[in-house]
Amino acid sequence: MKMFASALVIAGGLLSVSAVPVRAEIEIVPVTSPGGITAWLYEDHSIPILSIEANFRGGTALDPEGMEGAVTLMTGLLEEGTGDMDATAFAQATESVAARFGYDAHLDSVSISAEVLTEFRDESLDLLRRAMVEPSFDESAVDRVRAQIVSMRRSDQTDPDSIAREAFYEMAFDDHVYARPTEGTLESLAALDVETIRQVHKDALVKDRLKVSVVGDITEEELGPLLDDLFGDLPQSGPERPEMAEVKLDGEMRVIDLNIPQSVVVFGHEGVFRDDPDFIPAFVLDQILGGGGFGSRLTEEVREKRGLTYGIYSYLAPSDFAGLYIGSFSSANGVVGEAVDIVKQEWAKMAEEGVTEQELEDAKRYLTGAYPLRFDSNASIAGQLLGLQIADLGLDYVNQRNAMVEAVTVEDIKRVAARLLQPEELSWVIVGRPEGLNATN
Amino acid sequence: MRAAIATVVFLGVPLIAPAAEGFDDIHSFTLDNGLTGVVIEDHRAPVVTNMVWYRVGAADEPPGQSGVAHFLEHLLFKATDTLEDGEFSRIVAANGGDDNAFTSQDYTAYFQRIAADRLELVMEMEADRMVNINPGDEAVLAERDVVREERRQRVENSPGGPFNEHRLAALYLNHPYGTPVIGWDHEIAQYDEEMAMSFYREHYAPNNAILVVAGDVTVEEVEALAEKHFGPIPALEGIPERRVRPQEPPQRAERRVEYRDPRVRQPYVSRTYLAPNRKPGDQETAAAISVLAELLGGSGITSVMAQELQIGSEVALATGAYYNGLGLDDQSISFYVVPSEGVSLEEAEAAMDEVLERFVEEGPDPEQLERIKTQIRAAEIYGLDSQQARARKVGSALTSGLTLQDVEEWSGLLAAVTADDVVEAAKLVFRPEASVTGWLMSEENTEGLGQ
Repeated sequence: MKMFASALVIAGGLLSVSAVPVRAEIEIVPVTSPGGITAWLYEDHSIPILSIEANFRGGTALDPEGMEGAVTLMTGLLEEGTGDMDATAFAQATESVAARFGYDAHLDSVSISAEVLTEFRDESLDLLRRAMVEPSFDESAVDRVRAQIVSMRRSDQTDPDSIAREAFYEMAFDDHVYARPTEGTLESLAALDVETIRQVHKDALVKDRLKVSVVGDITEEELGPLLDDLFGDLPQSGPERPEMAEVKLDGEMRVIDLNIPQSVVVFGHEGVFRDDPDFIPAFVLDQILGGGGFGSRLTEEVREKRGLTYGIYSYLAPSDFAGLYIGSFSSANGVVGEAVDIVKQEWAKMAEEGVTEQELEDAKRYLTGAYPLRFDSNASIAGQLLGLQIADLGLDYVNQRNAMVEAVTVEDIKRVAARLLQPEELSWVIVGRPEGLNATN
Repeated sequence: MRAAIATVVFLGVPLIAPAAEGFDDIHSFTLDNGLTGVVIEDHRAPVVTNMVWYRVGAADEPPGQSGVAHFLEHLLFKATDTLEDGEFSRIVAANGGDDNAFTSQDYTAYFQRIAADRLELVMEMEADRMVNINPGDEAVLAERDVVREERRQRVENSPGGPFNEHRLAALYLNHPYGTPVIGWDHEIAQYDEEMAMSFYREHYAPNNAILVVAGDVTVEEVEALAEKHFGPIPALEGIPERRVRPQEPPQRAERRVEYRDPRVRQPYVSRTYLAPNRKPGDQETAAAISVLAELLGGSGITSVMAQELQIGSEVALATGAYYNGLGLDDQSISFYVVPSEGVSLEEAEAAMDEVLERFVEEGPDPEQLERIKTQIRAAEIYGLDSQQARARKVGSALTSGLTLQDVEEWSGLLAAVTADDVVEAAKLVFRPEASVTGWLMSEENTEGLGQ
């Protein structure tokens, strides 16, 4: 039963509706454990479950040189056994208490999430602690999980989305660690040994780079000691993180041949950091240009008017050591050139003219009205509280955020557009057999 | 494998949660024109999910018009008699809402997530586009191109897309489930406004729709709003009590699909057996098949296939099993094995067959069965956290021939499945003559990953 979702439609027009009044009304409490670990807590006792989101800054950017994929493999091995429990025993114990754990490696972080039942909270969190703090990294598990990642990486070699994304990061970051594939290469994965996995475990899961959010059926008093139990035995700190990256996108177009009917396109140039004072106006600008699809100019021009794609999106992609502004779409090989031209025109138009009052009004109504939708479940609240901590936005951001969006003016957007959008630096990776497009390299 | 309805039925098993507070409220109503309404109350946040589900999907399309149900879904975002092209979503967005839609073989559904005090606005617009769309030829032709791009993106651009289409086409000899929901490209290319509008006039009506509202609302409010906006739309004559599609004849021949594609870097083998669906008042067999799929391939580590083929013999890099009994007609249960380096597809298939045969002989491990039941019961509790997921569970069941009572009973039926039931279910569905075995291969190498 496959479902096909329509990506949405639409663009700027006049509406006379009243402003949206809803506001997220949630009380966030920072809780610091006796051992000095802080988590943001939102208590809700209506369902007997607890959601925990833990995020260790660092991520795959900490992979030692030539050992790309080490952090990804290490993260995949956390659930593969601890102490006297092998992978099977650990998984069975987890199932017996119906706990749900997730482990993910990203460019700048390793994230660990847990959903547990109140009834089995202690047993569940003890399992999570052992997975994080005392993983076995048993040789047979290392080989088994490595073989799975290698198989996926082989399939990535003909997957246009994967090829395009990796090529774009390579082009953008050159010799910086951000240019490396986060899941490693066939060669680097083959070179990984248990010793390296143990080392990156010590490097990547450390207390002074930890952000935690907790949502659900627990009190402040209960949470403090629980934080120490969970994270207390991890190392205090890890190795140096990368230097700032220079974004080297200067208008290049790279075409990568793959025999597929539809070309996959990734485009972009330097963006802004999350703590940039212009981030909010840049975010509103992106909403109008290509963010989310709703009524964006790119969706209107490329999809709605001309039927050249199923979906086109742009987004600000701030990492810890670089800011990018990225977009992507797919179009049949015969028309992808036309779509590329339209994106270039829209980029230039926005850079020169900015947005209209009506467009800004519509974008603000959407962004401010939709903000409370991000707080409608324990799981989504936990994700939001984590994001606020990672971006260092402060406890009161939830209450200030819509006012900051409301404060953006057409002049702000025009100024930020001139600064952010650089049509001549817009760079492209196109994977497929595009007609009438020539690579610049 | 979880059913998100609040009435949790624990059949003689110790465990788990004290009843969650404020989650025991699911109500339904029916308007005079036949529209069914279901309200799932969740007052934690001032947000609602508003969904309109139509009892029509790809399996109800006329021959030669594959994908027109999905195409029509796209056109419901175009002009109506009173809204211009795209205005629907523009108004939703201007009120801080998100909206979208999806189509399956059995249903087409539209939804908005929005502030609870904007429910009337979106309900009014849903009522409007139930009967008043008027997309115009130009918009129809541009959208046809969009759908062809969607098909390229979802199907043609990866080798797994065509492989799966061929496997499904081989599984169903006569039933329209063998035709892809998005449609065949040569038929998409022939869509026109009249084709879509004729399908629309035949199927979109209050007596063929289910309104599901979840979130910070009460049933009284929703019923009053539904009466006000959907109430005036007359019922459509000729909507059948039960949809009747061409059914499968007795299946008598094992089928094989060998799909070769130079893009394939990781070959794998799959096996799909025709399997009964969840039937109203009669879901026990489907419950047993669901548990069977969980036991055999529901976990990458503890399932029978993972234990024997990944951790034990190391024949496989990955394995899995999948069954979803939701659907108006017979469904299927599928297994796959991704062979380890140096293992051929033939060897992988033989190893898979051995595991399935041995399972039928030996039956399930009681401890594994118990762990799966623990998770089934827990899923009921976890499932309460998402109002959107709860609305989807109800809507998809009611458009697949089931009743609210069936939805409520499902979790209890899963929990009541015995080891004997599972073995009986395996014997029922493991019929080679009602199966398709698929090999996904690279062109030059049919021996699995030999290099």
